[in-house]
Amino acid sequence: MTVAVHPSQTGEPVFYLADEHPHPEGWSTSLGFWIYLMSDCLIFAILFATYGVLGGNYAAGPAPKDLFDLNLVAVNTSMLLLSSITYGFAMLTMQQNKVAQTQIWLAITGLFGAAFIGIELFEFAHMIHEGATPQRSAFLSAFFTLVGTHGLHVSCGLIWLVTLMVQVGKFGLIEANRRRLMCLSMFWHFLDVVWIGVFTFVYLLGVLR
Amino acid sequence: MSTDTHAAGAHDHHHEGGHAHSTFSGYMLGFVLSVVLTAIPFWLVMSGALPSKQITALVIMAFAIVQIVVHMVYFLHMNTTSENGWTMMALIFTIVMVVIALSGSLWVMSHLNSNMMPMHQMGGMK
Repeated sequence: MTVAVHPSQTGEPVFYLADEHPHPEGWSTSLGFWIYLMSDCLIFAILFATYGVLGGNYAAGPAPKDLFDLNLVAVNTSMLLLSSITYGFAMLTMQQNKVAQTQIWLAITGLFGAAFIGIELFEFAHMIHEGATPQRSAFLSAFFTLVGTHGLHVSCGLIWLVTLMVQVGKFGLIEANRRRLMCLSMFWHFLDVVWIGVFTFVYLLGVLR
Repeated sequence: MSTDTHAAGAHDHHHEGGHAHSTFSGYMLGFVLSVVLTAIPFWLVMSGALPSKQITALVIMAFAIVQIVVHMVYFLHMNTTSENGWTMMALIFTIVMVVIALSGSLWVMSHLNSNMMPMHQMGGMK
């Protein structure tokens, strides 16, 4: 990053950019994407707050204890955690310019992510089959909104992942693709951070209640 | 002022954003820590090892906070220098907002709930 502005010779401070400075492609992408993630974080904060307020209102319906299977949640959590570390390996191989290995690690990450979504959909289907639908109680509405929004994010991440694998396959590890893979890396790890909140506050504390 | 910060930023900017420190050992350390920090809360709840539910709740919340920090440092590579500290600024601002939104909502709504108690009891007497 170069700077076109220097304090003037007389030593007076300069409070604005006197000249247009160059904006190379992608120079602010990681900061911009980080700020997007922070705004996404606020969405999840509101959904967590909603769940925190409504999470105890069962309307004489099923409570977390009746619905949640912690073994399944533990498997699900490990899927997402494993996908995080395999994405990390994809980033490391990307830094070493190994296209084929990067693709393999991305594919493994995708499989773990798909397994996560599969298990979550299985859990949802099981709950709905037992009559624990989002309409049943305020607790279930808040639960499906929070966990469903997270699942939707992971699904979008999977679509993004496949798109990037096609891009890398077609154009290789060019600068633009590296930048995109870095953004998806942040997105993917961020979703894992949100999941920590979900399994702690929704599942573990729910069963504990 | 602007020249100082930009000169400092020029060092880390040839790395892609905050990804200056991604190493194999860093990812593995983060992963191992995450596994441990995930396994212990699950074990605590599933086995009921601690006598009091309240203590268990506090302990697993503490584990969650530690694990979030671990993820931030080892997976998201948060540090105070990337993007001249602006990622950290955005993070701090977001944490403040999240804390206000969460604690404010829970606090206000729990007070509302306790003020509604007479109604609730009347419902129970029916």
